[in-house]
This record gives sequence, C-alpha cells and structure tokens, in this order.
Amino acid sequence: MDWTALGLSLRLGGATCLVLLPIGIVLGRLLAWGRFRGRGFVEALLTLPLVLPPTVLGYYLLVAFGGSSPAGRLYEAMFGSTLVFTFEGLLAASVLVNLPFAIQPMQRAFEAVPGEVREAAACSGMAPLQVLRRIDLPLAWPGIVTGMVMTFAHTLGEFGVVLMVGGSLPGETKTIAIAIYDRVQAFDEGAAGAMSAFLLASSLAALGITYVLSGRVGRRRA
Amino acid sequence: MSCPGGWAAAVPDPALSVSLRQDSPIPLDVALACAPGELLALVGPSGSGKSTVLRCIAGLHRPAMGRILCGGETWFDDDARIDRPAHRRRVGFVFQNYALFPHMTALENVTAAMQGVSRAERDARGRAILERVHLGGLEERRPAALSGGQQQRVAVARALARDPAVLLLDEPFSAVDRATRKRLYRELAELHGTLGMPVVLVTHDLEEAALLSDRLCILHRGRTLQEGPPLEVMARPASPDVARLIDIRNIFEGRVLEHRETCTLVAWRGHVLEAAPRADVAAGSVVPWCIPASGVLLHRRDRPSRGERENPVAGRVAEFVPLGENASMVVLADGSPDAPLALSVPVHVAHRNAVSVGVEVTVSLLADSIHLMPRI
Repeated sequence: MDWTALGLSLRLGGATCLVLLPIGIVLGRLLAWGRFRGRGFVEALLTLPLVLPPTVLGYYLLVAFGGSSPAGRLYEAMFGSTLVFTFEGLLAASVLVNLPFAIQPMQRAFEAVPGEVREAAACSGMAPLQVLRRIDLPLAWPGIVTGMVMTFAHTLGEFGVVLMVGGSLPGETKTIAIAIYDRVQAFDEGAAGAMSAFLLASSLAALGITYVLSGRVGRRRA
Repeated sequence: MSCPGGWAAAVPDPALSVSLRQDSPIPLDVALACAPGELLALVGPSGSGKSTVLRCIAGLHRPAMGRILCGGETWFDDDARIDRPAHRRRVGFVFQNYALFPHMTALENVTAAMQGVSRAERDARGRAILERVHLGGLEERRPAALSGGQQQRVAVARALARDPAVLLLDEPFSAVDRATRKRLYRELAELHGTLGMPVVLVTHDLEEAALLSDRLCILHRGRTLQEGPPLEVMARPASPDVARLIDIRNIFEGRVLEHRETCTLVAWRGHVLEAAPRADVAAGSVVPWCIPASGVLLHRRDRPSRGERENPVAGRVAEFVPLGENASMVVLADGSPDAPLALSVPVHVAHRNAVSVGVEVTVSLLADSIHLMPRI
C-alpha cells in the first residue's frame, strides 16, 4: 500500500470538494432557476467532462497550463511557477473534471424545490440569502451531499487527466490510481490488489450514500 | 407647532392603490383601489390576468408600466424607477396551493415570516396567531401531516404573521372540498372583521366573491370592466361582457321608446317591455339589455294569474334539464331560435305544469329585472 499516494488522493479529493461546494451551489441554482441566453450551451460545456476522453481533456489542460499559453504565462507571472506537474495544477484539473459530478445532483435538487415555496419565502420577508439558508439548502441538502460524495469518489479514481497534467511525482502528483498502475507495472500484485480493493470499497460506499440520499429527496417531494 | 394640514400630510395613506399596464406576456390594463379593512374581490375567468395583478402587487411579477402604492409607501413606479423587491414589500400572500415550507412545522412556518423579532416573542406570537386560525395544538405538525383545510389556515396564519400592509389571497379555497370550503368562508369572514388592512381576494367563483367581498372588480382579458358592491354589479352589469361574465345568459337588444315615471318602455321583437327606469338613455337609441334567469317567471299553464300582465312573452320550451331541486329551462321567445330565454324553475312546479321540450308556455319578464346597458 502506497500511503503517500493514498494521502495525496484524499487531500486532492477534499480540496476538490471544498472548491466545488460554493461553485456547485451557485451554478446549480443558476441552472435550476435562471432563464438566460446560452443556457443550453453552458449546460453542455459543464457536462463535457463526462463524455470527453480523459486524455483529450488532459491534453488541453496541459497545453493551457504550459508556459506557451497566455493563461499559463499569466499564472507563471503571478506565482513564479507553472501549473504543470504540481499539486495546484492537479487540483485545477480535478475541479474542471468534476464539474458535472458536483453540479448535476445539486441542480436536480434545487429544481425539485417548488418555485411557489421560494416565492412564499420572499413574500414572508426573507432576503435572497435567507431564502438560500432557510429554504433552498434545507430542502436541497441531499443533492448537495450527493454532489460532494460523487466528486470525492471520482477524484480518488481519476487516472487519465491526472497522468497527463500531473505526471507521477511521489508526494506531489502521484495519486492512488496512478500508484496502482505503477505497482502493476512493477509486478507488485499485493500492493496493487490492496489499493484496488480500497478504491472499490470507497466507490461502492459513495454510490450507496448517493442512492440513500436520492431516495430521501424523492420522499420530500411527495 | 405644526399646522393641521402638515399633520394630515404626515399620516400615511394606508390604502392600496394599483395601476398597471403591460402588453406581454399577459396584456394588462388595470386600475383598482382597496381601502383598509375592505375586502376587494378580483373576479374573472382563468387567463383574465387576475393572479398576475396579485403577483405584481407582491413584487413577484414586474409590469411594464404602472404604480403601486400601499400603506403610504411606493412599491412600484416605473416613472420614478422604483421597484421594491418582494421581500421588502409588507404583503401577506396566501398561494393557491399554500406553498407551505415542507421542512418546517406549522409553528415554524408562521414564525419564519417574522423578521426582526426576538426568538421568545416570535414563538409566543406564532402560537397566538395559530390559535386565532383555530390550529391550537397542531403547532408541531409538518404540512404533510395536515389536512387541506388545516394547511390553508397555516398559510393564512403565515401571511398574517408579518403584520402585512395588505393581505393577498390567490384562489385560497380552490384546493379544498366543498364542506371545508364553507367552513373556511365563515372563518375568513370572521377574520376579515378583525383585520385593519386592505384584503384582495382573487377568485373565478362569482358566488364566492359575492359572499365574501365588500366590493367586486370584474376582470376580463387583463382589463377592469366594472367595479362596485357585489349586489350592484350583479344586478346592474355595465356591459354585455360583464353580464356574460356574471353568468347572465339573457342578453338582447332593444329600442328605447319613451320614459315614464315608473318605467322605461323598450321595443323588443314586436313586444313593448316595461323596464327599470333609465332616464339617462335617449329615446330612440338601440341598447343591449339583459335579465337574469331569476327575473323570468313561468306562468301557470292551467289558469292565469295576476303576474301575467307584466311583460308577458309566449314561447316554446327548447331545453329542459332537471338539476337537483331546480330545472334549468330555455324558452324560445315567439318560437324564434334568435331569442332564447334562460330561466330556472323548481322541479315540482315544472311537473305540475307538465313542462317538457316542445311545449308552448308563457313567461313574464319582471320589469325591475330588465336592465339596460347603454354603450359608454
């Protein structure tokens, strides 16, 4: 078992969730209730990571993060180093890859909050932030937790993008999924087996939690 | 100190005054006012824009043009670019399906609408309001565990909890069964007597509006057609459109012949009818007139009676439909399909007179019920 790789993966998963929680809530509400031009395009763009091969996504991120792109140069000018082959770069890639996993369950949960109930909240004198805190979040929390659990589990298992953007630097960018690949190449069946079993169990647990919570959302609506 | 005039100006006008105009999505051209303690019913068919008017007042819909004043404050004024957001307008809104907060108890639903009140006071006031709408003992129930009538009462309690400057009721009785509805009518009438703010009730049910309101406002395709006390509007619709909306089916045209002291004479299909006096309509003019079904009386067929001299019209029964204790009838005046007279008779009377489709009968058009509707 590569404990450094596992620790890195857990750290990456946690950080990705932290970044995506506010983004998911804001974009999920916007997509659930907002009516604006280009909405379909935005939704397609946010869903893209689900269907795009991870290597394609990884390739574009690598190009974008690199010193020859404007974004890469800007980051380098601000922080003195590039995003490529760093934990920060990995985190940025992980956030982008996980956008659909975080946003979609939240969007569905916010959509399930009846519009009239939110209007009633406004007519009861609640300001928009109070409506968020007292109505939206309490009614949509199972979807929010689902989005976070899916994001975390998916981050642990992500392979292609991580390999493209992060390389495989121990302690910096070598996650558990890459460590498994490494161990198999080195004919270390024992370590690969243990880590695979861990990922299998954590994924199963994540899906279990997700289904229990989505059942709860359904009951709430009835 | 200050002059009386200045003092009067400082007292805010607590009434509600609304004028709205827009072309889309629903055309609106509405002007209405409602005094404190008054219950104004907005009546119209579905799609007439009545719910949109309510949503405009609450700030849930933004009209293209207009002004909304309430409780001495300007809530909307497109000229002055004022558009207060919904949560800063002091309204109590009862939604058609109540829109209770499903994750809160009845008491929490009510206290959620009290902003800026201490927790202890919120609790005490919430309980008092629930008591007032006869929900004492159900404070801890979630909406899903309450009956339709109880949910409606929670919605009313929540609307009152903010101490609103106006109470807005959007079809509040449409989602409950008949027996519950009657009980809720009584409760609203009782509650209304104790409320000091303007109350606007939206309904498509004319009977409900007439029962509960101090004033009716008939809305059709987004326009206010007529406003007035319910009995006044029902007895004297301003136009054939209003007459149709308040379910008067007998609408015809006649020529005004002359005015007498007690009546106005109107020529209609060769008959000379005595109508309720309307000296303001010029003799010789052709005007629409109407008579409610209750103003058409069936004569006894076996022997003549006293009332027969009042605007007698002979005709043939074209339709006879018993509906419970009363039968709805259509009599073609002079046998002509152009002049169908709708009336209602008790079923036992119809049987005694052997009324059936095709039979010749005579009816009286009560002079006091014949209402002329000059075009303005």
